[in-house]
Amino acid sequence: MTYREAIREALRTALHADPRVFLVGEDVGRYGGAYACSSGLLDEFGPDRVRDAPLSENTFVGLGIGAAIAGLRPIVELMTINFALLALDQIVNNAATLRHMSGGQVSVPLVIRMATGAGRQLAAQHSHSLEVWFAHVPGLKVLAPATVTDARLMLSAALADPDPVVICEHALLYGAEGEVDGDESDYDAWRAAVRRTGRDLTLVTSGGSLPKCLAAADALAPDRIEVEVLDLKCLRPLDLDAITASVAKTRRLLTVDEGWTTCGLAAEVNTAVAERTFYELDAPPARVGTAEVPMPYARQLEEAALPSVAGIAAAARRLVSSSVPVEPAP
Amino acid sequence: MSLPSSTGPGSGPTAATATVAAAHARRLLADMLLVRRFEERAAECYTQGKIRGFLHLAVGQEATAAGGMAALEPEDRVVAAYREHGHALLRGMPPGMVMAEMFGRSGGCCRGRGGSMHLIDPSRRFYGGYAIVAGGMPLAVGLALADRLEQRPHVTVCFFGDGAVAEGAFHESLNLAALWKLPVLFFCENNLYAMGTGLERHQAMPWIYRKAAAYGIEGMVVDGMDVLAVEATTRLAIELVRGTGMPLLLEARTYRFRAHSMYDAERYRSREEVAHWRARDPLETFPRRLRDWGLIDEESLRELDDKAAATVEAAVREAEASPVEPIGDLYRDVSEDPSPAVLEPSPEPQP
Repeated sequence: MTYREAIREALRTALHADPRVFLVGEDVGRYGGAYACSSGLLDEFGPDRVRDAPLSENTFVGLGIGAAIAGLRPIVELMTINFALLALDQIVNNAATLRHMSGGQVSVPLVIRMATGAGRQLAAQHSHSLEVWFAHVPGLKVLAPATVTDARLMLSAALADPDPVVICEHALLYGAEGEVDGDESDYDAWRAAVRRTGRDLTLVTSGGSLPKCLAAADALAPDRIEVEVLDLKCLRPLDLDAITASVAKTRRLLTVDEGWTTCGLAAEVNTAVAERTFYELDAPPARVGTAEVPMPYARQLEEAALPSVAGIAAAARRLVSSSVPVEPAP
Repeated sequence: MSLPSSTGPGSGPTAATATVAAAHARRLLADMLLVRRFEERAAECYTQGKIRGFLHLAVGQEATAAGGMAALEPEDRVVAAYREHGHALLRGMPPGMVMAEMFGRSGGCCRGRGGSMHLIDPSRRFYGGYAIVAGGMPLAVGLALADRLEQRPHVTVCFFGDGAVAEGAFHESLNLAALWKLPVLFFCENNLYAMGTGLERHQAMPWIYRKAAAYGIEGMVVDGMDVLAVEATTRLAIELVRGTGMPLLLEARTYRFRAHSMYDAERYRSREEVAHWRARDPLETFPRRLRDWGLIDEESLRELDDKAAATVEAAVREAEASPVEPIGDLYRDVSEDPSPAVLEPSPEPQP
C-alpha cells in the first residue's frame, strides 16, 4: 500500500465510521484531490460529505471551525502548506484560541490536512516546510506522518481529539510503499517512535526527513557508527520523554528538519534537550535544516538547499568524532 | 436614496401604532436602555481601571442590536464582532456575567479569558465575540452548514461592521454561503467608519447591501437608527433566509456617537456630522414617538430607565464580588488535556 492509499483508506474509514465527518477542500471531490488522496470518495459518499470548495482557504477553514463547534467533524484539506498561509487567521486566531478564550465553553474538533515540503522543483512559493509555525501555537496539535502506518492510523486519532489538529503530509511521501503495522487499537499518534536503534548518536526527525535520516544511518553503519533514529510523529505536543530517553543513551543529538533552522524545530528540540540533559551530553546538540534562502527552482540549487543524506551523515560524523564543540552543519 | 424606515413615506406613525403592540414597543425601549446604561457604566468602570484592554462602545447603535435580536428565534445562532455588548445582553446573557467578564473575573462568561471583545455563551446560541475584522464570518457559514446538513431549521445571524466589507473573508463568506445555499443572515451594522476611515474612503461602491448582487443573493438596507424598522426588516430577512435556505445581506445604516475604542481624537469626522446623527439618537427619537403615539408616559419611561440603571448597578456589584481567576489555572482550557506544550511537564533544570 502506498502512503497516498493509506490516507485514502483512513479518510474512507472515517467517513464510514461517523456520519458527522465530512471532507472539504479545493478539488477534493471530482478531481479526487491534488494528490489523489480523496479519489473515489465523492462517488462513494456524495457531495454533502465530500465538498469541493472555492479557492477561499481562510473561509473554508473558518467554515470547518463553525461546523465543528456545531457538532460536526470536518476534515479540511488545504492542498498545501503554502496555501495554509491564506488561512492562518482562522487557524491561529479562531481554531487555536476558542476553547481558552471561551473559558472552556467551546470545543473545536477540527482536522486540517495539508501537503508540505520541497524537492520537486516547485520554487519558493510551493516548497515551504512551515510545520513549526503551527507547532508554535498553544491550542493546536501538529502531526507529521512519515510512514504508511502513520498515514493510515493518525487520522482517526486526530478526529478523536476534541481540539484542532493539523496534519502535515510530506508531498514526496505520497508514493512511498509500505505495510500498515497494527491498527487503531494499539496505535499512539502522539508518541515519538524509535525507527532504528543505536548507541552513538540520536537523529531526531519527522515527516519527509525520516527516509533521509534512515539512509544516513545506513551509510554510517559500515563505519560502526550506530545511529538511533527517533521519528517525532507529533510536533506539538513534543514527546520530550522519548527524546531525552534516547539522548540520555547516545549522549549526542542531531536534529534534522526540512524547515529553515532559524527559530526552527531543531531550535526547540535541542534547547529542550539542553535544558533536561545538558550534563549527559558528550557534544553540543547539532542540527541540519534547509539553507536560509527562498527555495530556488533549479535542480542543483534546490538539492544544495535541502537537507541531504550525505549532509546528514557528514554532520553525524562530525558529532561522533568530535569531543570539542562542532560547527552547525551547512 | 431614502432608507426603509417606520417613519418614512408609506409607513406613517398611524400604521406603525396599529401594528406595534405597546408592550412590545416598551420591550424594545427597555432593551435599548439596558444596552445604553450598561455601556455608559462600563465606560465609568474603564476610567476607574476596573475594565482594561479595549472597550468598544456602541452608544448610538443600540437600535440595530435591539431590533435585530428581537427578530430571532431562541434556537437561531448569533455570531458578532467586537462591539458586541448589546448583542450579548439582548441574546439573554446575564448582565452580571457579561460585566464580570469585562472585569476579568471568574464569574465572567469566559472566566476572564475573553474580555469585552470575546463575549461567548453557546448555551444561548451566542458564539462570540470576534476581534479580527470579518473573522467571525467564515465561522458563521460553518454553523449554518452544520444546521443544513443536520436538517435543523435554524438561521445563523452574523453581525459585522462596514470595515469587514473590505476584508476577503466577507466576500469569500458571502460567496460560499450563496454557493452552498446556507441559511446565514449577514447583518452589516454600517456605522460609516472602519475605525477612523470613512465609508467613502474604504469602499469604491459604498452601498454595502448592493454587494449582495455579486453573489446572486438578496440585499436589503434599513435605517439603523429606527428600531422598529430594523426589527421589521430583520424579521422579513430572517423569514426569507429560513424559507429559501439562502443567505441574505442586510445593511443597517447607523452611527456610533463615541470613539472607536474608549478614546480617540475624532479627527476623522466633524462635530456637525456627529451632531446631525445625535439628533437621531434612537434613545431620544423612539421614546418621543412612543409618547406621541400615547404608548408611554413620562413616568413609565422613567421607570424603564430606572430599571435598566438598577440592573446595571446590580451587574457591577456582581462583577466586583466575583473572585479573580487563580493564576494556578493559567493553563486551563488551552487544550482539553491539561499539558499544553509537551506530553509530560518539563522537570526542573538540572544543577
